[in-house]
Amino acid sequence: MTEAVIQNLVFGILLGALYGLAAVGIALVFGVTKFLNVAHGELLMFGGYATFWLFNLFDLDPFLSLPLTIVFLLLIGVVLYYLLFVRMVKLSEEDKIKNTMLIGFGLTLILQNIALNLWTADDRGVTTSYAGEAFTLWGVRFPYVRVAGLVISLVCLFALQLFLKRTYTGKAIRATVEDWEAASLVGIDVQKVYLLSFLLGTALAGVAGTLVLVSFSVNPAMGLHWTLKSLIVMVLGGVGNFMGTFVGGILLGATESATAYFISGNYRQVVGLVLFLLILIFRPQGLFGAKEK
Amino acid sequence: MKSLQVISILLVIILACLPMVIEKDSTINLLILIFLYIILASSWNILGGYTGQTSLGHAAFFGLGALATRLLWIGGFPILPGILAGGLLAVIFALLIGAPAFRLKGVYFAIGTLALAEILNVTVGNLFPEIASLPVDDLVAYQLTPRYYLFLGLAVVVVGATYILVNSRLGLGMMAVREEEDAAESLGVSALRHKLLALGVSAFFTGLAGGGFAYYHVSYYFQFPFSPGWSLDMLTMVYIGGQGTILGPVIGAVFFVALRQYLALNLGEYHLIVFGVLFILVVLFLPGGIVSIWKKFQDAITRRSKLVPVKNTPDKESR
Repeated sequence: MTEAVIQNLVFGILLGALYGLAAVGIALVFGVTKFLNVAHGELLMFGGYATFWLFNLFDLDPFLSLPLTIVFLLLIGVVLYYLLFVRMVKLSEEDKIKNTMLIGFGLTLILQNIALNLWTADDRGVTTSYAGEAFTLWGVRFPYVRVAGLVISLVCLFALQLFLKRTYTGKAIRATVEDWEAASLVGIDVQKVYLLSFLLGTALAGVAGTLVLVSFSVNPAMGLHWTLKSLIVMVLGGVGNFMGTFVGGILLGATESATAYFISGNYRQVVGLVLFLLILIFRPQGLFGAKEK
Repeated sequence: MKSLQVISILLVIILACLPMVIEKDSTINLLILIFLYIILASSWNILGGYTGQTSLGHAAFFGLGALATRLLWIGGFPILPGILAGGLLAVIFALLIGAPAFRLKGVYFAIGTLALAEILNVTVGNLFPEIASLPVDDLVAYQLTPRYYLFLGLAVVVVGATYILVNSRLGLGMMAVREEEDAAESLGVSALRHKLLALGVSAFFTGLAGGGFAYYHVSYYFQFPFSPGWSLDMLTMVYIGGQGTILGPVIGAVFFVALRQYLALNLGEYHLIVFGVLFILVVLFLPGGIVSIWKKFQDAITRRSKLVPVKNTPDKESR
């Protein structure tokens, strides 16, 4: 009994790490640029498909091809940014959110149907030689690929934290989050910061997509699900606190598993959403966010 | 405006006569689809366009209306009160969630309503996993014409109600809340009350549309009207047509359905890609929607006519 509970919790946490990684991407973009990119889930999906192609066409290991996937996503990011999002930079915050959300919905349609045409509606996954293997600790199974997912998520997160805390560009990004007008007054190129944050978010979506592909599978309709999860986690953790966002993801994963175990697998999504609404209403700054003002 | 009213009335009369002339079911079905989308877009517009609260959860109201109506109808209830019950259920739900939901502002309201609709979507999918098919008797008695008149009637009622509402004191209050909530409050316009009113009216009509959907469709999954795509369609139509106008959602709905049908027939599997591109183009280059083209055109004309007398000043004086 207890072993089954712990096993469930472990799977929940491992899934939650992926939620966290996806959410950090959307939160980074939203926090810096106030672009609400609701096509984030579709970008994640494209990351998964890129890895799928590299594996199937060139026999590249999904973990080793990660840099190529990131490059691919960065290219998509640059195109999207200069084609669409750059036009939003000068709008007021409210218009920015609204317009990017609308553009995101349009993008969702486009990307979904491109994927449908390129890869059909089937679930696509990769089967590596080590796919089913796992190590056992105190009677609890840890599948290698999922643990690798957690490790890679953590590496990405710490790299992001280091970048934001230690480098000049990172500090410029944080300054822009605080107050973009003041940042531009002290000579920070806000446009560049916006582009950089958008690209970082896209790259993170790509990494998350690869991890989703190796742990589960990808299909053209998955985007909305992952966007919604990312938004939930972003609000759970509090906007502008990436560690909090990641922990929020793990919390959501664990809650979902607990629901699936104790109530019913059919309601695992519902509990997460209810939790989200309650936090949104009673603690809008998020679980780990500082209260404003 | 007077001429526009006359044109509208004439148009409705023509539409009311159409089933007597048209033989093809596919044409009637297309018109029904357009009416349904006009109802949905106009209802969404009351909250999203006139009161400025972007909802991504209207599928919940649509689905609830469809669910209540269908269950009552299968249970032997007459259809018209059944549809009304669908609308009322949507209102009850809207008012229950209204006060907490409106604690959320802007984008958080949008995401919150999306989450709320998803909760209902999943729950209904779990509780009613089966297909909502019709009993044989109803199937035998199925006719397209009464459905046509139901949807036409509902569309006229919704557009008419919007017209009356936005020209009333309450409508002005709603727009004041949209423009600047704090300023509206300081003038004694209760933001929450006006938002709740807009939400209630909007949910009611969306629920009625759901009831009509349950009456119209022979078989569908109970969950289907709850899917988030409906909410996105409503938002898309209103933005394409022009939010916060009476004609905008109507034009948007006609354009939306016609274009989607046309693209689907001619481009096959690529039609949604083209549709997405068009939608983005409207957002980028026509922020006021299609109705703003007419306004721009009018502005251009009035500007020119103002310029003309200036150029020919002597002429004008001599007259």
